[in-house]
Amino acid sequence: MNDRRYFRILSGAALVILLLFAAILLTLVVDSLPTMQAYGLSFLTGRQWNPVTQEFGALPFLVGTLLTSFVALLLSLPLSLSVGIVMGEYLRSPFLSKAMSVFINLLASIPSVVYGLWGMTTVVPLVQKLEIAAGFPPYGVGILSAALVLAIMIIPYMASLTSEVMKRVPDSIKDGALALGATRQEMVTGISLPYIRSGIAAGVLLSLGRALGETMAVTMLIGNATRMPNSIFSLGNTLASVVASQFNEAESDLHRSAMMALALILFLVSFLTNLIGRKIVGKSEAANV
Amino acid sequence: MKRFRTSAVIAILVLIGSAAMAFGQAGTSLLGAGATFPAPLYTKMFDVYASETGVKVNYQGIGSSGGLKNVMDRVVDFGGSDSFVKDADFAKYPAAIVHIPATVGAVVMVYNLPGSPSLRLTGDIISDIYLGNITKWNDSAIKAVNPGIALPGTPIMPVYRSDGSGTTFNFTAYLSSVSTEWKSKVGNANSVSWPIGQGAAQNSGVAGVVKQTQGSIGYVELAYANQNNLTVATLKNASGNWIQPSTESISAAASIKMPKDTRIVLANTASPQGYPISSLTWIVVYQDQSYGGRSREQAKALVNLLWWMIHDGQKYAAPLDYAPLPQSAVKDAEDIIENITYGGQKLR
Repeated sequence: MNDRRYFRILSGAALVILLLFAAILLTLVVDSLPTMQAYGLSFLTGRQWNPVTQEFGALPFLVGTLLTSFVALLLSLPLSLSVGIVMGEYLRSPFLSKAMSVFINLLASIPSVVYGLWGMTTVVPLVQKLEIAAGFPPYGVGILSAALVLAIMIIPYMASLTSEVMKRVPDSIKDGALALGATRQEMVTGISLPYIRSGIAAGVLLSLGRALGETMAVTMLIGNATRMPNSIFSLGNTLASVVASQFNEAESDLHRSAMMALALILFLVSFLTNLIGRKIVGKSEAANV
Repeated sequence: MKRFRTSAVIAILVLIGSAAMAFGQAGTSLLGAGATFPAPLYTKMFDVYASETGVKVNYQGIGSSGGLKNVMDRVVDFGGSDSFVKDADFAKYPAAIVHIPATVGAVVMVYNLPGSPSLRLTGDIISDIYLGNITKWNDSAIKAVNPGIALPGTPIMPVYRSDGSGTTFNFTAYLSSVSTEWKSKVGNANSVSWPIGQGAAQNSGVAGVVKQTQGSIGYVELAYANQNNLTVATLKNASGNWIQPSTESISAAASIKMPKDTRIVLANTASPQGYPISSLTWIVVYQDQSYGGRSREQAKALVNLLWWMIHDGQKYAAPLDYAPLPQSAVKDAEDIIENITYGGQKLR
């Protein structure tokens, strides 16, 4: 095989990926056109999702998606930051650091249906107890249960990125801090963390991207209600979970198209968070070289 | 290396050849897709049918909407659907279609209460529960029809199907027929906007949540209630009788005068011993079978299968918790099958 042919085959494969991306986007846009024509931007603010009256508004699912993702982020941030700092700063033995990162990555490789099952058997009963104590109907499933499991699911992304950028903090400035009499804790909080803040921001965005689009576990745990959630104990739906549960048997063309529009929103939001996240990672890498 | 390659190629060719031969020997085969609710029954029926006649029938449980879509696109010999095609939707099909009732199913109310008392419920009570008007198990309306049963003062947690389904269609058809408030506020469809409650995927999901959650109530197909050992409510039918869901009472619900094309919702029928949330499930085929290059043999095989399903096939229903078609419905189905044609000529 000569070089030219080899290159053609490779670039052909690369082109296929680009075409696939464009094809997915095109399908979503074309199929969601009827919804855009019917509602325009008011699709984003509509509070009703009613297949009987053919009214479709995305707001309950936008709120559901943002609520679960940000609560998950808040819950997981302290934990995954700590893990990242331990791995990046304190575990200097290559063996321990390696072992730890293997475990963290294992957490990322667990299929989400397993997280969902674990959530149903372990997290849901705990939340039920909490709801009984707080005087809410003890459904167990809902925004809170989904967010709790999501929080665990996104730890690996945040933690491994934090540890990576932590390792890149130059020894010279760390030694400088220690030489000036800083304790190790002061060095971490005063020097390292501010130094890697863009890396942390990128980690937040990447795990946010993961949380926004997570489907299986959330569908199993969120309670699948198309109503507007009004508290953290509410049952709800995210963009991904409502598409997963209703798409198969959508009767009317508008219902189907409205779901395509939800998928398009999800596609764009995940794409943007990932893009920005990667951009920040790239920038911080360039700056640290 | 070269020799290995040649022998590998030969091996593959032989494999393909023998597969093609096996396919050829199988003779006629029919393809269907659609409703998941009757899928276990169809699988049993088609298995028996293949051993009796040699005709292989492949049925994919992809959901009623998917099945009808496949009929519309003419990629299957028949579709299965739990809800009939509405008048307005006939125009979407390239030619006239017919509905053949295959079996009778029922939606049963299952609940999880300490001590598993057997409860009586009315349509009004069920719709008030799902509307959020009745929120506690010891509500006076529930007490009134269940004298002598100790009911806890705990919240009622309704569970519904999160996926669009024929089960939801039949359940909300029943609620719409008994409650004007339900009809105006929520309505009747494959999936609706539920005022309260929790969604779970599939019959098995609803059964699972009810089994796991004390104080919950849900609606599932009869088979799922029995498989999961869930307590089932006795309902009041249109004649005022308290009816337990059983294959007999469900069959009885369909023993009424039906429209000729059998497109009817069996909610709350006038049948005195009929269970009120019963429903037919249909096989949907084209009235004229000569389309898309189909052979007359293929069409004939389909008609024979349908004929067998509504007669000999019915005995496989009850053991699997489906109700056999009552005699009157079999008669109606016979008429429809006899009028299926191939190029204008009757096939039976």
